[in-house]
Amino acid sequence: MPDSISNTLRTDVPPAEPSKKVGALKPELLLKENHHLCPGCGEPLVVRMMLEALESLAAQQRTIGVLGIGCYTAFGSTLDVDLVQALHGRAPSLATGVKRMRPEAMVFTLQGDGDMVNEGLQEIIHTAARGESVTCILLNNGVFGETGGHMTATTVLGQRTKNSLDGRDAAYHGYPILIGDLLAQLQGTAYAARGSVHSAAGVASTGRMLKRAFESQARGEGFSFVEVLTMCPTGWFIPTAKGPEYLNEVMGEVHVTGELKADGVLTTTEQLRERGAAKD
Amino acid sequence: MTRRLMEGSEAMAEASIAAGCRFFAGYPMTPFTELLESFARRLPEAGGTCINAESELEAVGMAWGAASTGARAATGSTGQGLSLMQESFSEMTRAELPMVIFNMARGQGDYFQSTRGGGHGDYRHIVLAPADTQEAVEHTQLAFDLSDRWRNPVLIYGDYLTAHTSESVEIEPMEFPELPEKDWAVDGTLGGTGRSRTVNPLGVDKQSAGIDPEALWNRLQAKHDAIEREEVRVETGFLEDAEVVVVSFGGVARFVRHVVRSLRQEGHRVGFVRPVTLWPFPYEAVAAAAESASRVAVLEQNAGQMIDDVKIGVLGRAPIVAIGGISTDPSGFGVGDILDPAVIHERIRGVLSDA
Repeated sequence: MPDSISNTLRTDVPPAEPSKKVGALKPELLLKENHHLCPGCGEPLVVRMMLEALESLAAQQRTIGVLGIGCYTAFGSTLDVDLVQALHGRAPSLATGVKRMRPEAMVFTLQGDGDMVNEGLQEIIHTAARGESVTCILLNNGVFGETGGHMTATTVLGQRTKNSLDGRDAAYHGYPILIGDLLAQLQGTAYAARGSVHSAAGVASTGRMLKRAFESQARGEGFSFVEVLTMCPTGWFIPTAKGPEYLNEVMGEVHVTGELKADGVLTTTEQLRERGAAKD
Repeated sequence: MTRRLMEGSEAMAEASIAAGCRFFAGYPMTPFTELLESFARRLPEAGGTCINAESELEAVGMAWGAASTGARAATGSTGQGLSLMQESFSEMTRAELPMVIFNMARGQGDYFQSTRGGGHGDYRHIVLAPADTQEAVEHTQLAFDLSDRWRNPVLIYGDYLTAHTSESVEIEPMEFPELPEKDWAVDGTLGGTGRSRTVNPLGVDKQSAGIDPEALWNRLQAKHDAIEREEVRVETGFLEDAEVVVVSFGGVARFVRHVVRSLRQEGHRVGFVRPVTLWPFPYEAVAAAAESASRVAVLEQNAGQMIDDVKIGVLGRAPIVAIGGISTDPSGFGVGDILDPAVIHERIRGVLSDA
């Protein structure tokens, strides 16, 4: 029996360390635990996984983040990493300037779907095509959460928002953009993945994707991208507790999770969906 | 020291590098294109980076990111391209970031854009308007100094002639008083220490509960008031006993200066005021010149923009006449008939005969 297991299982001696409630641990790179985001919001989970990924790579003192404009902008005062606040949609360009002047730094952007896929679509595509050595993180909840739940470019068909009251209709509003597929196919993109924080397994998987993206950046492979589906019960007008289920069943059906480009292998969202269907 | 025959664009790029500029991003547009070409050729040799940005929006964003790390950074375009960058200029000013902006304008129709801005909110840029290539070299270096000193963008207002005229210039790194340390810039090394930094236009501080826009905007206003008191630059000539004072700026003022000199030789009582900084505008110099003049003439290559500032300066002390106007060749690049000493001579003579 390996030591780690035997130590855990032994009950006849006191544990080497007092037991800890994992959920109560604050990432080292967070100045305080409080945040002002809504109950049930998925964004703080992603921020936590991102910080833990940076900590696991010992990148605490070589990280520069660029924040977009959205609810997550509020983390600007509590993340204990160097930050630059960008305009809506412009974070990838700022990150480009930062990285070119500080090539030794781990540079990330944190953007929402309104920020990245609506306002800043051209910037994220060009930055990826350039193979810019930065990691762009998309918090995708399919709505403009900060303005109170309006349709974005990733809102799925049928989804009700404040300006698509009868649900997104393809004939009237057009189709959602699968941004991960767009970026993954570009030669400059080294790593692209889509996670979701609707479940504990999804959170853990998202953490691994973020870590792989940062590792790819550290190796200088090119552009890296992690999209994470996040709950926004406030913007979706549903009970808080229903958030994860809605995320998985409404958003997750279209923006299927999995790695879209890793180790040179390209996988489309459609292929991920087929694999998921085969498993079911 | 050797003088070299250089085109304005190349000279400004060289002067930028001499001033320590290590980052440039731009998008081609006539007559700015050669400045981008010069940076693209020279910056990598000097250990810097020049990115051929995919749009003006991205060019200014990249320069913003570079400036956030404390690097001396610049971008530019023509007024048309700068229109696209206005949102960022406004926000960068609130983030108190130094940056140098080159406007190789098509004529002088961007006076309002440069001095009032097309962006949102209360903000100001220092605007330098060189009259010739040697001055463009000096203004370029001054711009990097002023922008670091005040932590504020500085715009250089040039034009087709500034960009494309070849003159004999001397590019020597200029000496400036010591600058404060960039203790606000991000390099990534302070993460996890509780002292990490944030460069932002919102008034956010680390650990703060929210934003305090009023305090931020009051602080910026106080800074802009101080710039108005301390950074006015102006060139005047032949003002003593002048009956007619001609106000003009930039490349056009070079023609005016030449014509005023020759009118003086002919015995006419005419002088000139050339705002070197368009913001802060030399209101006091204009007021003093108007005190004893019977006419103030404004010669600008647009439909009448700087004349608003001249009116504020003159404040009724003398009648003001506009003797400039829109003037461009069919290319639209602002090289029109007004850029001719004979034309300017005639227009000033017209004011003298009325006076």
